[in-house]
Amino acid sequence: MRLELDPNPTPRKVLLAYALFLLLALLALGVLFLAYGVAPLRAYGLLLSPLTDPLGLAEVARRAVPLLLIGAGLALGFRVGFFNIGAEGQLLLGAVGATYAALFLPPGPWTPVLMFLFGGGLGALWAGLAAWLKVRFGASEILTTLMQNYLASSLVVYLVAGPWKGQMALGFLYTDRFPPEAQLPHLGETLVPWPTLLFGVAAAFLLQLLLSRTPLGFAWRVLGENPQAARYLGLKEGRLLLLAALTSGLLSGLAGVGEVAGIHLRLLEPAQISLGYGFTAILAAWLARGRPLGVLLTAPLLGLILAGADALKLALSMPFRVVDVASGLLLLALIGAEAVSRHRILWRR
Amino acid sequence: MEEALLRAVLFGTPLLLASLGALLGERSGVVNLGVEGIMALAALAAFAVALWASPPLGLLAGVGVGVLGGVFLGFFAVTLRANQFVAGLAVAALGLGASGLLGKRYEGVPLEHPLPEGGLALLALLLALGLHHLLYRTRFGLHLRSVGENPRAADLFGVSVDGVRYGALALGGGLIGLAGAYLSLAYRPSWTDGMTAGLGWVAVALVILAAWEPLRAVLGAYLFGLLFFLQFRLQGSLPIPSEAFAAMPYLLVILVLALSGRARAPKALGQPFERGR
Repeated sequence: MRLELDPNPTPRKVLLAYALFLLLALLALGVLFLAYGVAPLRAYGLLLSPLTDPLGLAEVARRAVPLLLIGAGLALGFRVGFFNIGAEGQLLLGAVGATYAALFLPPGPWTPVLMFLFGGGLGALWAGLAAWLKVRFGASEILTTLMQNYLASSLVVYLVAGPWKGQMALGFLYTDRFPPEAQLPHLGETLVPWPTLLFGVAAAFLLQLLLSRTPLGFAWRVLGENPQAARYLGLKEGRLLLLAALTSGLLSGLAGVGEVAGIHLRLLEPAQISLGYGFTAILAAWLARGRPLGVLLTAPLLGLILAGADALKLALSMPFRVVDVASGLLLLALIGAEAVSRHRILWRR
Repeated sequence: MEEALLRAVLFGTPLLLASLGALLGERSGVVNLGVEGIMALAALAAFAVALWASPPLGLLAGVGVGVLGGVFLGFFAVTLRANQFVAGLAVAALGLGASGLLGKRYEGVPLEHPLPEGGLALLALLLALGLHHLLYRTRFGLHLRSVGENPRAADLFGVSVDGVRYGALALGGGLIGLAGAYLSLAYRPSWTDGMTAGLGWVAVALVILAAWEPLRAVLGAYLFGLLFFLQFRLQGSLPIPSEAFAAMPYLLVILVLALSGRARAPKALGQPFERGR
């Protein structure tokens, strides 16, 4: 038995492959639930429970906002060949930038602008550093951005435990509460900060437009699909890569601003600022097959997994790690299904 | 001074084992970014079996889970020819998540008879020497290296590219599993969620620092071990915040990546092999 490339799989085969692998992933998830000591059907029900009431839907939307922002940027990165695994760190630095503008600069109507400027700027800088190391020294961005996550996390811990520790934070690790000027408005009665939601939707549309309709987008796509061709065409590889990385980092930074200025209203421990948005957004971007616009669909879907895991945590005191399990399985199911639908199995050698 | 060197070796041992495991896969052309997750799951399996049966059996269970993890990654990266980086990240997430989920009941349970750290550290050193021998002095090693450098040529000479890659991933997975078992049975005989603490990722970077050579990985791992020791020792005695020390290894990895680049990587690293293309 061996595999052979199948250049034109039939839609039926593609559908079957995806159905099969998703079923396998669900089965594996069920086995894990069982091993944890919970009836799988009850757990699935809880995982989907946010869909059943407006409050739950608002929770899904709240989780989807950072995923949308980060995912759109990561999708761009994938297309250009910049595998940014460091959105988590870029988000944290965005939160740091926002906190600086909120707590240490004179408050006023300009405060939100400064928060987005500082937060987005720091996020971009953090991603740009990895791109520079790749372009200049050939350092794998997968590893550098990953390591930068740990560095960013250490920085946040240092700030909330040390120089930025709040006056009112007796024994707890967080800063003072943001002044009213630095608090982002919400969508109606929900906890969804609408400015970042707006940025996310705009980013998805703009990046898609940029990629598919402009010379810059063309250059980006050539670089991602065929770096050698890009060199023949005389494209400036380094500059293109850096620009994509900066964009992606900027968006992750904005997501960080949204989390601290829209939801927590203070800088706190890294694990409380982000529920692993950086990693989950990789999934959102991958699911969208590198199309920024596709993230508009995949971010809410993954937001559901995050909100559902919250429900599991509350109802069954299940560790939040269940998110890692679900996303890992989902990712494997998708790449497995894609690979199977691109291949034919030959039963003879 | 002797204490520093001893602690460096003891702390460097899980790093050494995990990076040897990743190195083996990479020499065959497959990037294993699942190290952190496989290690976490192996640590849990080893600990659970040690409580239920005995620590030596736990060690075996850890190695077994590692082998399975390597084969599991192989299914996606070798048989299905999926993107190795994405498959590895997914395995990392899955392993970390599953260990956190299933290990909750073992949190805070002590292990009464831990395994000797020194013995396992010695074993790791011997394994590094053995791996060097395997790579450069055996037929399998020759096949493994050629599959990593030029799979098409190896295939033409009748070497099973997929078979060798599976072998390398399984064997490497076993080493990664051993690293996990060392953590939960000897180094810190207990289990906590996230006890691998990024060691798996550092191990992946260490492979690059070691220029894909097992013996250099020994030096690199002990160097990191020394750094971790200094971090603990100097904390509090210098006017530097502890978070800066905690961040040091990761900073060092970035520096190392910048300085060493990827020039000496196996040529077929990260590329799925399709016959007849």
